[in-house]
Amino acid sequence: MDLSVINPALLIASLMVASTPILLAALGELICEKSGVLNLGVEGMMITGAICGFAVAVETGSPLLGFLGAALGGAVLALLFAVLTQVLLANQVASGLALTLFGLGISALIGQGYRGVKPPPTGRIDLGPLSDIPVLGRVLFSHDWVVYFGLALVVAIWAFLKFSRAGLVLRAVGESAEAAHALGYKVVRIRIAAILFGGACSGLGGAYLSLIRVPQWTDGMTAGAGWIALAIVVFGSWRPGRVLVGAYLFGGLTVLQLNLQAAQLPVPVEVLSMSPFVLTIVVLVIISARRRGASGAAPAMLGRIFHASS
Amino acid sequence: MIRLEKRPEPSRAWTWATPPLAVVLTMIAGGVLFAFLGKDPVIAIKTIFWDPILGEFAFYYRGQLLVKAAPLVMIAVGLALGFRAGVWNIGAEGQYIIGALCGGAVGLAFYPAEGWYIFPLMVIAGALGGWAWAMIPGLLRTKFHTNEILVSLLLVYVAEQLLAASALRWLKNPEGQGFPGSRNLAQYPAGSNPELIAGTGMHLGIVAAFIAVIFAYVLLNRHMTGFHIRLAGQAPRAARFSGVNPARLVLFCFGVSGALAGLAGLFEVAGPAGQISIDFNTGYGFTAIIVAFLGRLHPVGILLAGLLMALTYIGGEAAQSTMGLPAAAIQAFQGMLLFFLLAVDVLTNYRVRLSRGQA
Repeated sequence: MDLSVINPALLIASLMVASTPILLAALGELICEKSGVLNLGVEGMMITGAICGFAVAVETGSPLLGFLGAALGGAVLALLFAVLTQVLLANQVASGLALTLFGLGISALIGQGYRGVKPPPTGRIDLGPLSDIPVLGRVLFSHDWVVYFGLALVVAIWAFLKFSRAGLVLRAVGESAEAAHALGYKVVRIRIAAILFGGACSGLGGAYLSLIRVPQWTDGMTAGAGWIALAIVVFGSWRPGRVLVGAYLFGGLTVLQLNLQAAQLPVPVEVLSMSPFVLTIVVLVIISARRRGASGAAPAMLGRIFHASS
Repeated sequence: MIRLEKRPEPSRAWTWATPPLAVVLTMIAGGVLFAFLGKDPVIAIKTIFWDPILGEFAFYYRGQLLVKAAPLVMIAVGLALGFRAGVWNIGAEGQYIIGALCGGAVGLAFYPAEGWYIFPLMVIAGALGGWAWAMIPGLLRTKFHTNEILVSLLLVYVAEQLLAASALRWLKNPEGQGFPGSRNLAQYPAGSNPELIAGTGMHLGIVAAFIAVIFAYVLLNRHMTGFHIRLAGQAPRAARFSGVNPARLVLFCFGVSGALAGLAGLFEVAGPAGQISIDFNTGYGFTAIIVAFLGRLHPVGILLAGLLMALTYIGGEAAQSTMGLPAAAIQAFQGMLLFFLLAVDVLTNYRVRLSRGQA
């Protein structure tokens, strides 16, 4: 065992990269759940985004177009969920599961011709003198644009929910759809928009995996990241800032266990690989035990069907 | 303007008509998908749904049909109990793996001893393993109100790592020349689950699946617990007033579904699969969720749905070898089936009304 190979500065830098896909997906799901809709299809939307983004980036040679394609792919899949749950009033849990199962299948189908292909690289953005600061510059200011986009999105969503009228309406729809409906807000339309936003964010998160983090395409490559994102929304008690903390904690764990694997800790690799999942469960338990059911902070209408005439 | 009007109670006719309707719609949409892939849709659908039952090589496929359907039915019957009561165990895949690991480990521990008692002990260990793995989300939900959907699903990834560690380290075949995977249970008579009638594919797991269906049917229709399950799902408040203990119901649903999934895993590892290997699990635990809904959460419906889903597996494999249809296409096809089912279900619960003006 040689723990000296673990460099703290590098660890933090790679932590920011490792947590970006989960952060993006969790932020999308946060907006979706704030509108009262529980979409368990994050994993399916992420993997669809991963392959759509990958395919578009490879075909056009532009990672930026790839990310746009990924957001679109995720949103299209989310649209299926929106039609099922909002128009056809299907059960949200079952529909979300269907989305995940379908997304895993369809992504593998699209991805057949893309195994072993290398995507065009996404460059780091040049932050000028900031990147030249010793240690800090390397840790904080030498990433690709998506990492900063994720951080900006945290702030944007926080401000949107806290200060904007639209954010207030969104929260009203999630807390009491009947009241929002009585006030004349189009509950179904608002929810569909929130679901689509969630899908687009999950798609971006997936594309970050296939275009930057890994970067290549393999079937089922999200490997549970979507479910972790769902857990992080609960962990973050539906608040963007805490979601960021959760995503970074989880990203840190992932990077740390990979480093420990490299350092040949005398523990089976499998035990290290399962540790992020086990710790996520432990954190979920602590959170819910402390807050009597995690339901305190959850949007009141979460997962319930809204039908205007009933 | 099309308007939906809630029915006072779900339509009985549509309850039974929607699954076949969803299957037909999936065949159409699947045909379009296959056409996009450059395959003749009619031949593809015929290869998947017709040839395995009535085609030239049907005698071979029919046995396989039961082999594939048994684990699906067994898992789905257990899950359906929970889904009815609003208890969401979606980690059956993990319980299936742990059942296979525990049962397999007991069998391997006795190797090479012979004795009639070995296989029954494996069966008990398999059921206990699945039960224990399902108790984790069950107990966390009842003790700490932790979301059981997330916990049961996250445990699937933990179980997959345990499977990998078992296949590569703990239960690895000492005489396997370094290859991953355990000893082959099929070559160990006391610990194997052989075909009961040669050539039919019939094994004890299939018998157990039928027993599970009957058990669930009796439980739901003739037993107080079954009544409580249905009541808790339809009217949670009324259930509490009539003395249903929600925590006990959650644990019951998780326990039964976990034990059944564990049993399915044990019968698979000792029978058709033969050994514990890294890629032992093939997604039965997830497909069983589709089966449970397709079967309307009703034991007899699940039996039929399990056979249909097994057909898509077998027909899909046939289409893969004869037409070059990618395996992923079948997976997408199965996902689509659940989509259509949930979509047409609106007809069961709502009346479609045409009306003029604003809705």
